[in-house]
Amino acid sequence: MVKDQEYLKKKASYCLDLSKKLGASDTSVIVNNSISETVNFRNKKLDESNRSDDLGIYITTYIGKKKSSISSSNLLNDNLNILIKKCIETTKNTPEDEFNSLPDKDLLAEEVKDLNLYDESHIENNDKIEYLKRLENSASDDKKIVNTESSFTENKSNFILANSDGFCDGYKSSSFNASSITVAKDEKSMERDYEYTSKCHLKDIKDAENLGKIAADHSIRKLNPKKIGSEKINIIFDKRIAKGILNTFASAISSSVITRGTSFLKDKINQKIFSDSINIFDKPDIMKGLGSRSFDAEGVKNETLKLVEQGILKHYLIDTYNGKKLNLKSNGRCGGASNLYIDNGKISYKDLLNSNSKSLYITETIGHGSNIVTGDYSVGATGFLIENGEFKYPINEITVAGNFKEMFQNITLANDLEFNYSTNSPTMMIEGMIVAGK
Amino acid sequence: MSNFFEKSDLSRNNAENIISDTLKKCDDGELYLENSISENILLDDNKIKNSSYSSDLGFGFRAISNEIVAYSHSNEISKNSLKQSSENLKSTLKSAKGTYNHSISKSNKKYYENINPIEQKTLSSKIEILNKVNEYLRSKDNNIKQVTANFNGEQKSIEIIRSGGETLSDVRPLIRFNVSVMLEKNGRKESGVYGIGGRQSYDSYLKEDNWKNVCDEALRIASVNLESKPAPAGEMKVVLGPGWPAILIHEAIGHGLEGDFNRKKTSAFHDLMGQKVASEDVTIVDDGTIDNRRGSLTIDDEGTPTEKTVLIENGILKNFMQDRLNARLMNTRSTGSGRRENYRHIVLPRMRNTMMLNGKQTQDEMIKSVDKGIFAVSFGGGQVDITSGKFVFNCTEAYEIVNGKIGSPIKGATLIGDGPSILKEVSMVGNDMMLDPGIGTCGKAGQGVPVGVAQPSILINRMTVGGTKL
Repeated sequence: MVKDQEYLKKKASYCLDLSKKLGASDTSVIVNNSISETVNFRNKKLDESNRSDDLGIYITTYIGKKKSSISSSNLLNDNLNILIKKCIETTKNTPEDEFNSLPDKDLLAEEVKDLNLYDESHIENNDKIEYLKRLENSASDDKKIVNTESSFTENKSNFILANSDGFCDGYKSSSFNASSITVAKDEKSMERDYEYTSKCHLKDIKDAENLGKIAADHSIRKLNPKKIGSEKINIIFDKRIAKGILNTFASAISSSVITRGTSFLKDKINQKIFSDSINIFDKPDIMKGLGSRSFDAEGVKNETLKLVEQGILKHYLIDTYNGKKLNLKSNGRCGGASNLYIDNGKISYKDLLNSNSKSLYITETIGHGSNIVTGDYSVGATGFLIENGEFKYPINEITVAGNFKEMFQNITLANDLEFNYSTNSPTMMIEGMIVAGK
Repeated sequence: MSNFFEKSDLSRNNAENIISDTLKKCDDGELYLENSISENILLDDNKIKNSSYSSDLGFGFRAISNEIVAYSHSNEISKNSLKQSSENLKSTLKSAKGTYNHSISKSNKKYYENINPIEQKTLSSKIEILNKVNEYLRSKDNNIKQVTANFNGEQKSIEIIRSGGETLSDVRPLIRFNVSVMLEKNGRKESGVYGIGGRQSYDSYLKEDNWKNVCDEALRIASVNLESKPAPAGEMKVVLGPGWPAILIHEAIGHGLEGDFNRKKTSAFHDLMGQKVASEDVTIVDDGTIDNRRGSLTIDDEGTPTEKTVLIENGILKNFMQDRLNARLMNTRSTGSGRRENYRHIVLPRMRNTMMLNGKQTQDEMIKSVDKGIFAVSFGGGQVDITSGKFVFNCTEAYEIVNGKIGSPIKGATLIGDGPSILKEVSMVGNDMMLDPGIGTCGKAGQGVPVGVAQPSILINRMTVGGTKL
């Protein structure tokens, strides 16, 4: 069983008290416990079981405008005594920073909202094994599938966030995740792809047979790929890639990169950075949402933000420290976005595929090719050539490149948004990107 | 060395009994105990932004029966906790009927000193250097808009207790010093990053004013990028500089030669043992035994001493990198390549310091032989799809080559290639092998481990450059 609130609160208040006694003017503490149980299958047989029980404590002490922090997985008081002493010593020897402080008291969350983030159901390893058997039978149904690896994880966590201004709150959450990676093979090629599902509640996860079949289909359709020539072309990003582009946008409006001047979106507030039709939201209070939360990593309350309205950037993601630097109030985004999504476009998925006589549909990208300082984007990609709305053949060993500043202005969205992950996007077309191939 | 049982109700004797009892019908397994401390001091935006210290303690208990691995880890080193883990392992391996393999090779060699790099240099002297870095760089170039510099120090103590009470231990220091700068000129921003590190004290790297070299290099890369023009798009010849660009070898070849992917037949190399996979100038080794290197280990995370493993010799595939599990299932021996990020993770076969050895040509000869292509000097990260063999890496410093001469710098672009075929496209191997500066971290299955790479300059006949200029 995951540690209860009482145990976590006791540890947190012990640390707050000791820090104060040793000379801290302010302190904040996070204590958490997370227990997961995973079962892995490979080629329809049990491959691995993994149980993890993780404790963690994170303490930040302030002496005036000086700050330092420690973390540990050893919660015995003897160890905490040594660490807090060290933390105070380090704080004293760290130079002042005028922007260091706990969050403003009036911004602290007053309540834990009931967002239905905890499902107490426990699924025994034997039942996980049953699910994985059904999944892998379905995934390996087609003879072209030569290898399957699947996994089921149940996770329960609990945490307390406390600070010396009297904030002390936390809550339990759960997640249930299943995934399947398949390898398909024919005479000429071998390809790998995947599918996964992740939910707060057990009953919401994808059906095992369905998950296995999707994972298998994904790999099989990639077999026998071709390499195409270099050209300027419209790219359609599958939802699972489109959400990555959305995450890059979120990291480029994080207040830390804005204050440091290392983002291509610095000074773009109230400017049009996307096509007219684009609206982007960050909504922390979605029931059972994977990114949902009652407050941010500093205890600051968070409301829904319309980050981009009709293509215009309206907000950065602001925490206390960088907010003070920007002379703005924290909007409860310490730790980043919560449930981030782009609103639906106006046309159907089918019409999007049909909107060009020729385009590329990208299902996977590799490489760390997003530069948020310059906005340059260049990644390895695999996908399909689309002609007149039809998937013609798979393609690989190409790169897709552009610059986000132009890419954002050339987006057309389908109306197929679904809330499957913490970041979600409809299928996304970006016009005029450069593909390098042969 | 840490005494893991000092403040616990669990004695060493208790633990040994629980281990032997849990593993009695298993083929392999061990209790892995770890105590690590780490420190991070960060200067950013003209200020010391972060000074943090962390201590991490825990165990991971592993039992293996045939192909099945059962693992359980916890932060609480106590009787209760170890018993709970033991029950968990037993419940997964109910039908185990193996014989425990007690054999494990031994060596007295050590590849780094038993030191605590964090305590060897005071906090204030570290802060002083970071402030000097900031002042030095900002006084050097008016276009500097941002300087970030940090020290990361770590000491990790591990102990492995095997069935029957056999105990192996290691204490591993690791440091890293990193500088990044951002320049802005005429509205254009570019950055440059450089770092050094390894398994020694800070002062072994920072003696005299060595930190200035790190600053100069970061600034030089950023300045080059400020003048860069869009990179070309399409297939062309690529000359790679010596040292760090060997992450190409790491991504394109290294991962595909790890034992697990080959046992599971998901690697494009799984049926190529003994065959010619590269031009005959190519020899690649993975070496855990180079003194003080970031990727070096005295013993791996299963207790096996590391070694220098020949992967490809004169173009012929010779060995895969193995941990105990994959070695047993493939009827071979562990190459001391069993690694884990920490006690939270299972062991996987991983690279240590992966190196392509010297050939005979010079870098000049390579450049001169290219009519149209690029010369890539430094890289950010890379990634590989083991199954299809496709790999990428991102240039952070590169130039065009026109008619045998190095031309203008080009913007960062992704290079993409095919692992199994790339080595056959290597047409020249240089005589200027260099080790990387000690900055690599390799990610696999969510686990990051420190690694090193090395290579001489090489010429690749054909690669796709992911630029924007058609």
